[in-house]
Amino acid sequence: MEIANLPDLGPIASELTLAIGGMALLLLGAFRGDGALRLVGYGAVLLFGLAAVLVIGQPNETVLGFHGAIIMDPFAKFMKVLILIGSAVAVIMSLNYLEQEKLDRFEYPVLIVFATLGMLMMVSANDLLALYMGLELQSLALYVVASFNRDSLRSTESGLKYFVLGALASGMLLYGSSLVYGFSGTTNFPSIAEAATGHGMPLGILFGMVFILAGLAFKVSAVPFHMWTPDVYEGAPTPVTAFFAAAPKIAAIALFIRVMMGAFPEAVAQWQQVVVFISIASMVLGAFAAIGQRNIKRLMAYSSIGHMGFALVGLASGTAQGIQGVLIYLSIYLVMNAGVFCCILAMRRAEGMVENIDELAGLSKERPVLAFVFAMFMFSLAGIPPLAGFFAKFYVFVAAIDADLYALSVIGVLSSVVGAFYYLRIVKIMFFDEPAEPFEVPLAREVSIVLTLSSLFTIFFFVHPSTLISLATTAAASLSSGAVAVVGH
Amino acid sequence: MEIGLAHYLTVAAMLFTLGIFGIFLNRKNVIIILMSIELMLLAVNINLVSFSTHLGDLTGQIFAMLVLTVAAGEAAIGLAILVVYFRNRGSIAVEDINMMKG
Repeated sequence: MEIANLPDLGPIASELTLAIGGMALLLLGAFRGDGALRLVGYGAVLLFGLAAVLVIGQPNETVLGFHGAIIMDPFAKFMKVLILIGSAVAVIMSLNYLEQEKLDRFEYPVLIVFATLGMLMMVSANDLLALYMGLELQSLALYVVASFNRDSLRSTESGLKYFVLGALASGMLLYGSSLVYGFSGTTNFPSIAEAATGHGMPLGILFGMVFILAGLAFKVSAVPFHMWTPDVYEGAPTPVTAFFAAAPKIAAIALFIRVMMGAFPEAVAQWQQVVVFISIASMVLGAFAAIGQRNIKRLMAYSSIGHMGFALVGLASGTAQGIQGVLIYLSIYLVMNAGVFCCILAMRRAEGMVENIDELAGLSKERPVLAFVFAMFMFSLAGIPPLAGFFAKFYVFVAAIDADLYALSVIGVLSSVVGAFYYLRIVKIMFFDEPAEPFEVPLAREVSIVLTLSSLFTIFFFVHPSTLISLATTAAASLSSGAVAVVGH
Repeated sequence: MEIGLAHYLTVAAMLFTLGIFGIFLNRKNVIIILMSIELMLLAVNINLVSFSTHLGDLTGQIFAMLVLTVAAGEAAIGLAILVVYFRNRGSIAVEDINMMKG
């Protein structure tokens, strides 16, 4: 009997690195016992770096692996690098916090590594099975990370809420997948795309697609399915919130794009209405619900709901230009988000973290540099030129206007104006209110490095935006040309 | 009467709906929510297996195996989180999960 040929492992080199490296780190931590957090943490950062190098080394064309279940193209490369940067930054930001809060257990970086592995698989999924496996690998690790502070009622409550609603979302996505499989006879995205074209789309596939959309909307926390976001963001430890707001969102949007453009490219008219609706609802709710919030993490949760709405504007246009806008949006959002959460980590007094935004009062007198950087990020999140956040919004709205989605663009710009109110209120509190008790502890060195880099990027993005834009253009083009090739063959 | 694909799909749809209602209408105990989640996943499995036999294609059954495995892992993690929550709160009644609101 012949030994079966090994599949080509090239397209999943980075995933393999994370899987094997994650298990090695787990062993290392188990043998070293307590106090191995920094060692395992820097090991995880090193792994993310290695995986990023392997991703960048992939060829700049579409490669299929495992009988078409895994796809590796410039789009996946772009998203994977973003996710790896987000995860590495999340680990770096958390080390000092975990030590101060007496949470220094080595499982934290290991869980982040496994969650990231799941995210990379989501981005590369080209089959409903691969999609489900990646999504669950990510979610199961994230449920545990959310309740990582297991002696805190808020942290465990946020983990419980996240688990119940996340499992519900997975169930809906899975039910949709089963219908799509049944009515198209396949789980492979390009084959589903073929079955969904021709003489009209079977009703069963349409039904399944809507269930999958609902499940994915849950994962990106778009509006009718956003209920978990504020509670989880508020309850989870702050570096975990910083992680949740960046890498998992990017992975979920990437999966959203992959499913819509890869499996249902001919059904744009059907899913476009749904995406336009959830995008408008997210932007509006993100803008209005954040106004009454006093807790900075809860406010950031509504802010991230709004930002996901803006990112979905690009997807709603359904064109390569729109996808390019989403990619630029996510890159800039990742950096701004890292910077804002570095500032939030600085909100610490001798007795512990403070989260109420009134505690920021008069920050400009005590810590002028921190206040300036925080204000700059707030302006950027609000989308005020010449900061990076403006360009992020600019590209998605231009794509939406080119796709004749005028109502969507107008509502988006209006809700961005409303959203500016609560960002600017934080600036007002920091610069014009009577000083509160000052924050005592200075930022840890690694957090200040992240903060410096992200603020430099945000301020000086307009000087040289072309590199990011051309990368995003290549990535977006690979996605739509792939869809054309499928229809052709 | 011949029992066909439509019957299986109807049963699965009913179980799935029961699962969703079990999550939202239950005001008593988180364990019931875990049971409802399990019910939803099993409804999906019925769907997958009946499609698989109907189409004469094995992918659906492999998918069902995968779902079973993941469901076991999911239940384990859910119960673990529930245990740490109980240690902090002393209750797992759904109406007591209200530290954070708004």
